[in-house]
Amino acid sequence: MTEPCLLSITDLARRMAAREISSVETTRTCLDVIAERDAELRAFITVLADEALAAASQADADLAAGRRRGPLHGVPISLKDLIDVAGVPTTAASRVRAGVIATHDAAIVARLRRAGAVIIGKCNLHEFAFGTTGEESAFGPTRHPADPSRSPGGSSGGSAVSVVTGMAFASIGTDTGGSIRIPAAACGCVGLKPTCGELPLGGIVPLSRSLDHVGPLARTVADARLILEALHGARPAGRAPDRPEPAALRLGLPGDYLMETLDDAVRGRFERALAALRATGVRIDDVRLPHASSTPAVYLAVQLPEASAYHAATLERQPGDYQPGVRQRLELGRYVLAEDYVRAQRGREVLRCEVDAALGGRDALVLPTLPIPAPQLGAQTVQVGSRTESIRAMMLRLTQLFNLTGHPAISLPCGTTADALPCGLQLVGRINRTDGLLAVAHVCEEILR
Amino acid sequence: MDTPADNTLSAWIARTAADAIRRGLGQLVPLIESLGSTMASLRSADWNDDARSAARPDPRDREHLR
Repeated sequence: MTEPCLLSITDLARRMAAREISSVETTRTCLDVIAERDAELRAFITVLADEALAAASQADADLAAGRRRGPLHGVPISLKDLIDVAGVPTTAASRVRAGVIATHDAAIVARLRRAGAVIIGKCNLHEFAFGTTGEESAFGPTRHPADPSRSPGGSSGGSAVSVVTGMAFASIGTDTGGSIRIPAAACGCVGLKPTCGELPLGGIVPLSRSLDHVGPLARTVADARLILEALHGARPAGRAPDRPEPAALRLGLPGDYLMETLDDAVRGRFERALAALRATGVRIDDVRLPHASSTPAVYLAVQLPEASAYHAATLERQPGDYQPGVRQRLELGRYVLAEDYVRAQRGREVLRCEVDAALGGRDALVLPTLPIPAPQLGAQTVQVGSRTESIRAMMLRLTQLFNLTGHPAISLPCGTTADALPCGLQLVGRINRTDGLLAVAHVCEEILR
Repeated sequence: MDTPADNTLSAWIARTAADAIRRGLGQLVPLIESLGSTMASLRSADWNDDARSAARPDPRDREHLR
């Protein structure tokens, strides 16, 4: 039987409604896992034990009185620690923000509370979300639960670890180049980046304002949908789109740049997943994204200066408080010329149109999320076939394109390597059709489970 | 230190590296050189404008993708 702290939100809600388990009991089981494992894994920067138990007690009282606040009633959820919670430090995993206490809840936190969620704590991350491994944090590196010598991915690494270990039932992360999907793939959970602009970013420390997204990490696609609906707040959730039959699904498979550099084990798991989907009748055909290889150049020319602009004052005032690698990247961004930023914006438009064209007549694009399994902490490079590649470039390679274009994208678990390291399958949907993407993801999840 | 006065990428790299060293950020030099290579590929992309060239298709016009 699944331990209570590892249930899906859907199953937990059913058991809470039947009074088989209370929110207080549920919250205590999560706090027990944190107490047992977090000294090693460092998934959390701030654990809100007293506040969470008080909110859980209130949730139980409300339920007993017949007041169910929403789909997340009494469910413990963690937040990446660059999301404001009133009265609590927002550290962004940096000494730069020592002593900064949030005065208001971020917009999405207020919506989570309205939906009944219990905020259990704030998770570790790569400093200011500016990295993909979680190694550069003022609070120490987050470690992979299946192999603590490895990174859980980042920058929302603590969020992913909290979800897969039972420290929280879901987490809210941010994604500027893949920071929700990368750790979700590396740790074996679901990570959703909605359409650009779909959710409010107020009260969240930015990395790169035109590329930033906020979204859920969860155990199932259904749970991710429940959280997304709560994060939409006042907007009517509407009826979930009909779940298509596998034989009615048509997916596009990009080639070339997005498929040419994959670890053998990752490629093997991805090809097995494609075979499983095809066996149920899903049609998968090749699509071209002619300028996909320009993605890293376009991304850097946008992301670096946008991040540097936010940090310019503190880089002058307290440069020694940044992690060295993060400081270097921020300083580098101050040298990008405006004309290159403009060229990149033009390239972004080209890429957006190419992804739109590839989605024409198709339900989604399908590709791996990460080209490599979770990397060793401390490593700068990784061997992929006969090539030595930068880990940072590899981690971002398959996800950053969709931050530039704004298309919604989701990572699903897709089996493990021989070393029991999870692999992720990424689906990319149409702009402003995150609900349609979730319907496709639900079908694929059932086939791949 | 003398640095080139024009605005080519090689001049940008030389000028930027010199500025980083002046600011005590010499460790940025390899990153600047790498960024220079990346910007070279960005500048050579076929979507870029050239004031002497014929008008290019607008990327939002899907006809050119077919």
